[in-house]
Parts: sequence; structure tokens; C-alpha cells
Amino acid sequence: MSGYAFDIAHLLAGGLVLVSFMMIYQDRLYSLLNVFALQAVLLSLAVGWQAHVQGAHHLYVTAAIAILFKAIIVPWALHRIVQQLGIHREVETVVSVGPTMLAGMGLVALSILLMLRLTAASGNALAREDLAFALSVILLGLLMMVTRRNAVSQVVGFMSLENGLILAAAGAKGMPLVVEISVAFSVLVAMIVIGVFLFRIRERFDSVDISALDEFRGERR
Amino acid sequence: MAAIDLAVAAIAGLLALSGVAVALRRYRGVSGFVYAASAALCVALALLGGLVLATRAGPAGLSLPIGLPWIGASLRLDALSALFLVLLGTGGATASVYGIGYGRHEEEPLRVLAFFPGFLGAMGLVLLADDAFTFLMSWEVMSLLSWALVLTHHRAAAAREAGFIYLVMAGFGTMMLLLAFGILAGAQGGYGFDAIRAAARAPATTGVVLALVLIGAGSKAGLVPMHVWLPVAHPAAPSHVSALMSGVMTKVAVYGFVRVAFDLLGPLEWWASPAVILIGAATAVMGILFAVVDGDAKRVLAYSTIENVGVIFAALGLALAFRANGLGALAALALTAAFAHAVNHMLFKSLLFMAAGSVLSATGRRDLDALGGLIHRMPVTAFLALVGVTAISALPPLNGFVSEWLVFQAVLQSPDLRQPALQFLVPAAGGLLALAAALAAACFVRFYGVAFLGRPRSPEAAGAAEVDRWSLGAMAALATLCVLAGIVPGALLDLMAPAVEGMLGARVPAQLGNAWLTLVPVAEVRSSYSGILVMVFVAITASAAAWLVHRLASRRVRRGPAWDCGFPNADPFTQYGSGSFAQPIRRVLGTALMAAREEVEMPPPGDMAPARHAVTTRDLAWSHLYLPVAAAIEFAAARANGLQFLTIRRYLGLVFASLILLLVGLAIWN
Amino acid sequence: MELIAGLVLQGLQMLIVAGLAPGLVGLVRKVKARLTRRRGASVLQPYRDILRLMRKDVVLAENASWLFRVSPYMIFAATWVAAALVPTFATGLRFSWTADLIAIVALLGSARFFLALAGMDVGTSFGGIGASREMMIGALAEPAMLLTVFTVALIAGSTQLSNVVDYMASPAVGIRVSLGMALVALVIVAIAENARIPVDNPATHLELTMVHEAMVLEYSGRHLAMIELAAAIKLMLYVALIGCIFIPWTIAQPGAGLAAHLAGFAAFLAKITLGGTALGLFETAIAKMRVFRVPDFLGAALMLGLLGTLLMFVTRSL
Repeated sequence: MSGYAFDIAHLLAGGLVLVSFMMIYQDRLYSLLNVFALQAVLLSLAVGWQAHVQGAHHLYVTAAIAILFKAIIVPWALHRIVQQLGIHREVETVVSVGPTMLAGMGLVALSILLMLRLTAASGNALAREDLAFALSVILLGLLMMVTRRNAVSQVVGFMSLENGLILAAAGAKGMPLVVEISVAFSVLVAMIVIGVFLFRIRERFDSVDISALDEFRGERR
Repeated sequence: MAAIDLAVAAIAGLLALSGVAVALRRYRGVSGFVYAASAALCVALALLGGLVLATRAGPAGLSLPIGLPWIGASLRLDALSALFLVLLGTGGATASVYGIGYGRHEEEPLRVLAFFPGFLGAMGLVLLADDAFTFLMSWEVMSLLSWALVLTHHRAAAAREAGFIYLVMAGFGTMMLLLAFGILAGAQGGYGFDAIRAAARAPATTGVVLALVLIGAGSKAGLVPMHVWLPVAHPAAPSHVSALMSGVMTKVAVYGFVRVAFDLLGPLEWWASPAVILIGAATAVMGILFAVVDGDAKRVLAYSTIENVGVIFAALGLALAFRANGLGALAALALTAAFAHAVNHMLFKSLLFMAAGSVLSATGRRDLDALGGLIHRMPVTAFLALVGVTAISALPPLNGFVSEWLVFQAVLQSPDLRQPALQFLVPAAGGLLALAAALAAACFVRFYGVAFLGRPRSPEAAGAAEVDRWSLGAMAALATLCVLAGIVPGALLDLMAPAVEGMLGARVPAQLGNAWLTLVPVAEVRSSYSGILVMVFVAITASAAAWLVHRLASRRVRRGPAWDCGFPNADPFTQYGSGSFAQPIRRVLGTALMAAREEVEMPPPGDMAPARHAVTTRDLAWSHLYLPVAAAIEFAAARANGLQFLTIRRYLGLVFASLILLLVGLAIWN
Repeated sequence: MELIAGLVLQGLQMLIVAGLAPGLVGLVRKVKARLTRRRGASVLQPYRDILRLMRKDVVLAENASWLFRVSPYMIFAATWVAAALVPTFATGLRFSWTADLIAIVALLGSARFFLALAGMDVGTSFGGIGASREMMIGALAEPAMLLTVFTVALIAGSTQLSNVVDYMASPAVGIRVSLGMALVALVIVAIAENARIPVDNPATHLELTMVHEAMVLEYSGRHLAMIELAAAIKLMLYVALIGCIFIPWTIAQPGAGLAAHLAGFAAFLAKITLGGTALGLFETAIAKMRVFRVPDFLGAALMLGLLGTLLMFVTRSL
């Protein structure tokens, strides 16, 4: 593979990790959604580039799905939800931003260490790096879900996790289209479910703070 | 006579001097005599060490017929011992000269005099010891004598508490060393260092020994979390003793660690190094963070000692990592950096403790918030202290920067390490060290700005006068050494080369031959630094600018009241004090790392009581480690108390049971 | 001959940096003025300010010490020497081996150290507040800067700026995410170090949020002129640094002819114009942060520096 093709793939995949960190850094819901849209755009570019490099044309579809659903429809819908529900527009964090970023740094180091060692046998540098970055994005998404109180930011964390999965799938050669469609649908379904869920929480507890759910279940001391 | 005989003679002289001090206690001039004699002996030690290093003399041994009957006391002077003898001699000599003047203020001079030379001698003995028994013995004597010195002002409750904590921690540290040497000596009991070097060990054993030595020597050096005694004990002693404890005794502890880890223990696996690097880096950050928020001049310095010890241990850890990877030259770079920082820290920390001592004897105050404006009343001390704070803040062209720069150069070589874990860890540790260095600058701007600049905050500070010539002379000597080590670092590095070579079999390239005295630790394409040129450039530029401006533009000066945006306030307490200066950093980093809390007590409207603002910080090592351990010991002791009231038959039963247990143990392991 | 050429080149770079620095400040001010639909002062105004200040009397506070009077020259000298080591339009600097990137950072640290001390010297509350906050910002900016230096040094295998520039200009360097992260981190550090919005407001006066201005509040006349000039040189240094590491291709290599040097100089002018305009745009577009948001901002730079280093190892080990 030429250095040039590798450089661009590296740039896009690394950019995804960087955007994950930007998401952790955000303290406003709207800008969080914008950053999420940016991540989706980057993802579709990365997948598109993989399609070009691998000559796997079905990956273009995945890229298109990513840009259509994740970069446009989902952020727009979440924007509307936030607006309609009059949700508090600041991201409420459990742990403050600094330690979260530090923890994120540790997770990235961990996933790089792990992936480079596990895939040492494979000679494909691009795939190895993609996998390492993808695992980072997945773990960062999980981290975001864990450290945010607000349901909307948890949804965003979940979907950025999904982005990491798609990146991994695109990097590993030859993922059939069926899986992609199902992934896209699962995201959509999840979004609908969660959207409905949000309305329900609001109706009952007048808040989208998920600690309200704990209280309802009697777990809160 | 060989160098070692002279060194032993000088050390014996120092030990004897303690007795002389007691014998001559009735005479008036005894204080001056004892300090002058110990200064002379220390200079002799430093020169001896320097001579051994400069002539690259091989190790020389000496056996004394004292100590354990079948071993005696074996001593040995090799390059490593010589290097630390230079350090000890320099620090001891300047502290003694300072003591000639400073000792006059002492209420009970004998309480210092009787222990001071002996303390120096015991440290020398640790450096020369060549068997485990002599080493531990002199280590313990060193601890006990310094403990006695901490208790000089024993009428103050704080000093008594400091003495108690120090005694407990010193005992704990020695116990760890005892265990370490016990394992090293093995079942055959080869306590001589030669026998220990020759023995072969399993990797797990070396790991355990390294951990024990890290705890034992580290507790003396002040590694987190064994640091708790240091900030209370070092400041409690008289200032020249504080200078010795911070500047020299922590380095003796470093020597102990180096001796075991690099010399006695033999090759170590790479996994031993991350712990040392991490503990070192964490120590650096935590130490300086506490220094930034503390309000007591001497305690700030003691906390900053913890930081510098952290830097030294991080560099030692790097050296271990490089050595385990077979990268001799890079290990030499890291070890050289550690040694250079040890020497430099001795220079500037002694200088600063002496400056704090001068302030203490001139004003009687140690709390920063009672000082201020001393640059007008103690101009020489203020200038020398400025050299010290610039050096300790790692600013070019002084010596602190040189050793920090070497550490960073070693960090930058981390890609050559083969283990990914180390590759990731080392730059992160480098970031922590950079944070510590930057915080040190903040800490010492605060220290100097509050104590020496601004307006006096108390009548004592307003009425301060310059201290005596001896004290100033000692400080001036240290300040000169700080500048010299900063602009001719190559000389220092070349002097250390035999010690590094003795430990690793490799060294950094000779430096003194480089053009313009430039430091080139690896290769010129990688990095180079010339302290003297930086100094010359800055000096030329500054003076040329000043000259041109005065010549061509304007040179007139008018004096007027301070402007302060039009609202100057005459009350000196409107100045930024130690607490207010620390506030931003305390808020940013202290909340999580020191449990810093601020409480504002605002009286209700109409109430005339003043509002109060209280700040508390906690050392988390106390609440999360020491207090639980103390509680556990208390609990166990209460339980064991019952053993005092048993019948004879039960006692016999206990003895019998333990005998059986020992026998069973023997049966299993043999 | 080569020695003389080297010396001339070195001296020329020093003079150019110091000579153009106030112009860069003027340019940023002009851009900001035009963006807020004001006409703004001439680009040359900072030069006039400095000359005017030079000619004025110094009014010293009554209890100002010698340190207060020496500091401006020390600050100026340390900053200028640091700036002299950054290649602007040619790399073959005579004294480039005197100090590496780490030493440049430390020289700037020296300047900050003396500025903060001078702020505390008169014993006013504003001086103290400025010094205390400046040191807090510096304590976070310096490690971020050093981590960036690590990233760059890991790629180029050197901390010596001339070598770094030569390496970065060579085709051996591919596009790397870590370089991008280093760039962003360096820009954040530059903004914080130069007291620009959103960390500090260079145009403020008599405000509780000011940092740099609070420290130099007691200075007047030629002392203030030196400090202003040093601040301008520092801004220039950062623009030149970013330019020479990340856009190195236009810098004349050692031994290149006069034409290459002239081209390098033209490119340098273009770079600082670009940098000044971008800074003006950024400052206009963003609001000032409150002081205790600054650590998050700088923390992001710190994280980027660290992340850049981590990712660097990934590509190296592939």
C-alpha cells in the first residue's frame, strides 16, 4: 500500500479518536450534537476511503448511510427533542471533565497496547491501526455513557460507540452489506426507542436525569 | 596513605568532634571551634572524593576490627562513594561555615553541637560501608543523630511531635532495609557486599529486594507515600541542619538505593522500572503541590525536597529501564541526570534553607504571611536567595535547568525501549515531570515574592537587619557553585563519569572538549545546550538594551506612590499573601489531590462579626494510609494486651506451639 | 567566510524578529478593528507607542526595589534570545546548537518568572493577582508545550530546531494525526502564553479578569516599552515556531543561494500575515473565558500533547 493511502486513512481514523475526545470535552448539549455530527462525517469519510482503497464498493453504501443517518437525521432529531422538551442545555457530568479526559487517555493507551499486540501476526498495518483506533472510539463512547447524567448525552455516547464498531468493521476486509444495514437499523431503532423513552421519563418525573429512574426503582439512597 | 585511609580518618575525626564538643562545653569559643573543625574535615572529604573521581582511582578497601566479631567492619571507597563524598563534603562544609554565624543565636548550643559533627560522620560512614552490618549500623546512627537534631527545640510541642513521627518512620525504613539485606545475604549469611554481588538470584527475589529498598531508602528520601515525616521533621531542626537533612541526607538515601539497585542486585527485569518511574513522577507532582499551598517558609522548602527526590528517582527508574533493555549509553544518560540533579539539589536547597534560616534569625518568623519587603532590609540575602529560587525553578542558565534538561533528554530517548508499556509510560511521566517543574516555578515565585518582595507584613519584618558574614559567606559559596554548575555543566558531568561507569559500564561522552562548553548528551543532531553561551547572550542583550535605552532615549526616574489602578491601599495585608497566591493552583489541582476545601462563613446582615474564609488541605496519605494502619496497630495491640495475663501453663503452651510451628516450617522448606 | 555569513544571517534574523514584532501586534489589532467595523489605528501604531514610551520619564513606586528596575531588561533579553533560536526564513543559524526547543521553553519560563516577581515587587493587590494567575496558567501551559515538543521530537528525532525544520521539510514525513494534535496543542499554548482571548484580554484595563496587564500595571516609561516589546517578540516567536515546524518547506536550507533566502523571507512575511489575521479572526469570534475555565482549555492542550505522543508510538511500531 502506498504511504499516501495509509496517511489519509491514518488521518481519518485518528481524527475519529480526536473527535471522541472533543465530545468528552463539550459542556453544552447543542455543541455536543454538532461534534457528534462531525464524527459521523469523519466516519463516512474514513469508510469511504477504505472502500476506495480496498476496492470494496459496498462500503460506499455504509459511508452514505453514516452520513445520512448519523450526520444529518439523528443530530437533527436530537436537536428537536432537546428543544421540544426544554431539556437543560448543559451536559451534566458525574465526574468532571479533567479526570474523564485522563481516564480516556488511559483507555486509548490500553486499546492501542492491546490491539497492537493481538494483531501482531497480521501484516496489514492499516487494518491494525484501524482496529486500535476503533477500540479506542468504542471505549471512549462507553466512558461517556458512564460519566454523563443526562440521557441525551448517553444516547450520543452510545452512538459514538456504534461509530467505533463501524470503523472496525470497515477496516477488517469484507463485511457484508446485510450487516451494515442491520447496524444502521439497530441505531435507528435504538434512537426511536430512546426518543420515546425520553418522553416517557419526562412525563413521569419531569426530568431526563436518569438518576430519577434509580429513585423510581428504589435504588437511590 | 591511600585515599580511603584519609577518608576514614576524616570521618573518625568528625565522630570524635562530637565528643570534643561535649568535653569542651564550658568554654565560650567551643561553638566556633567545632563548626570550623567540621568545616575543615568536610572540605577534606570533598577534596578526597574529587581526587578519587578525577584520577579515576580504582576501588580501595579497608577492614576495621570493630563491629561483628567474625566480619569486622569492611569499608570501601569506589567512584560512587567518592561522588557522594563530594556531595556530603560540600554540603557539610557550607552548613558548618553557616553554623559558625547561625549557631550564635542558638539558646542551647550544645544540643546542636554534640550531634552535628557526628551526624556528618555517620553519613560518611554509610557511603563507605562495604558490608550489610556496617551499612545498617551507620544508617541507624545517622537516623538517630538526625533525630536528636530535630529535637533541638524540644520545648516546642510541634518539634516533639515531629521527632516522634520521624523516629517511627526511620525505624520502619531501617526495618525494610534490614529485610532487604537479609534476603540479599541469603541463607549462608554472606553479609559482605562482595558476597552479595557474587550471589545469583531468581527474578522474583530481586523484585522483592528492589521493592523493600525502594520503601526503605525511599522513606528516608521522602518518596510518596512514605514522605509524611519529612515536611515536619526537616523544618523543625535548626536551619543549617535542615539544609543538611534536605540537601545531603536524602542524597545518602539515594546512594543507598543506587548501591543496591545498580550494584549489589545484579541485572533486573524491565518490569521493575515502571514502579520506580511512576512513584518518582507522582512524588514530584505531589511534593511540589503541597509546597505551593503551604504557608511556612521552611516547610515549603521541605516539600520541594520531596519533589526533587521524585525527579531523581524518576531518572533512576529510567536508568533501570534502559539498562534492562541493554541500552548502556542511554542508561548512563539517565543515571548521570539523576546524579547531576542530586548534586544540584544539594546546592540550591542548602542555599535556600540557609536563606530561610537567615530570615528566621533576622525576623524570628517562619510564616510567609508575616514577612515581606526583605529585599530592602536584607539585600545580600535577598540576592543570594534569588539565585537559589531561579536555580530550583529549573530556569536557564542556572544549574537546576541543566539536570532537568538531562532528565527530559533521557525521557525523549524512550522510543528506543522495546516494551510498549514503557513506551507509553515514559512520555506520560515526562509530562508529570514537566508539570512539577512548572509548578516549582510557581511555588518559588510565591516563596520569594511573598517573603522578600512587596511591603513588610509585620513589625519584625519591617525591622529586620542583614545577617552575619559567616552565614552570607556560606550562602555566597553555594550560589557561586549554582552558577558554575549551570554554565560549566560539562565539568560536573565529566567528574561523575567514573561513578556512572562503575555502575553501568557505560558513560555519557566526555563533555569538556566540546566547543563553547556545550552539553551534547547523545549526539549533536539530537540535542545540545550551552549554558555559558545562553548566559552570555542574555547578559549581553540585557546590558546592551539597558545601555542603549539609557543612552538614546531617557534615563530619568521619578519616585511616586504606587499606582494600583488608582486605588492603592496602605494596609500591607491588601497585598497578595501566601494563601491568595496559591488559590488558583489550589483550586485547579488541589481539590482532587489534596482534598482542598474552602469555607466562607458570612455573618447575616446587621451582624457586625467579620466574615471568615477558611481553607483546609489534607495529605491524603495520612487519611487513607497512615490512620487506618495506626488504627489496625492499635486494635492488634489491644488484643495482644491480653497475653500479659496468662497462666504459666498457657505461656508454656504458646512457646510449645511456636516451637512446633517452626519445626513444621523447617520440615516443609527443607 | 562561512563564519561571517552565518553570523550575518543570525544577526539579521534577530533584527527581523524584533523589528517586525510590533508590526504583527499592530496587524492583529487592525484585523480585529476591521472585523468589528472600526477603522482602527495604523499597523504602525505599536512602533509609535514604544518610541513614545521610551522617551517618557519612569515613575517608580516608592518601595520598588532594584529587581523591579532590572526585570524589564532581563525579560526582554530572555525573550529575544529565545526568539533568536527559532528559524524564521533560513535554518543555517550560527548558534542554533546553543539551546534546543526545551531550552527555548525554559527561557520563556525565565521571562515569565521575572515578570511575575516584578508584579509582586511593589506590593499591590493587582500585581499579586496577575502574578498568581500567570503562574497558574504557566504551570499548565508549560507541560502542554513540553508534550508537544516530545511529539515533534519523536517524529524528527531531535529537539534542535534547525534539525527539526530540516527533517519536517523532507519528504520522509507523512501526514500524521499526532502532528495535527501537536499543532492544535501548540496553538492553544500560544494563545495562553501570549495573553490573548479567550485566556486573557490584551485590551483590558481595570478589570478583575486581567492577568498580564495586572502584572505590568506599575510599569511606566522605558520599562513598559521593554515589556511591551518583549511581549510582541514572544507573539512573533510563537507564530514563527508554528510556521517553521508545520509549514517548513519555504525555509531556506543552509548553503542555499540568495534567491532562496529572499523567497524564504517573502514566505515568512506571508506566514506572519496569515498568523496575525487568523489570530485576529479567532479573537473576534470567541468570548473571553472566566479564569477557572482556563485550566480546562489548557488541560485540553495537555491531553492533545499526550494523545499525540501515544498515537506517534502506534505509527512507529507498525
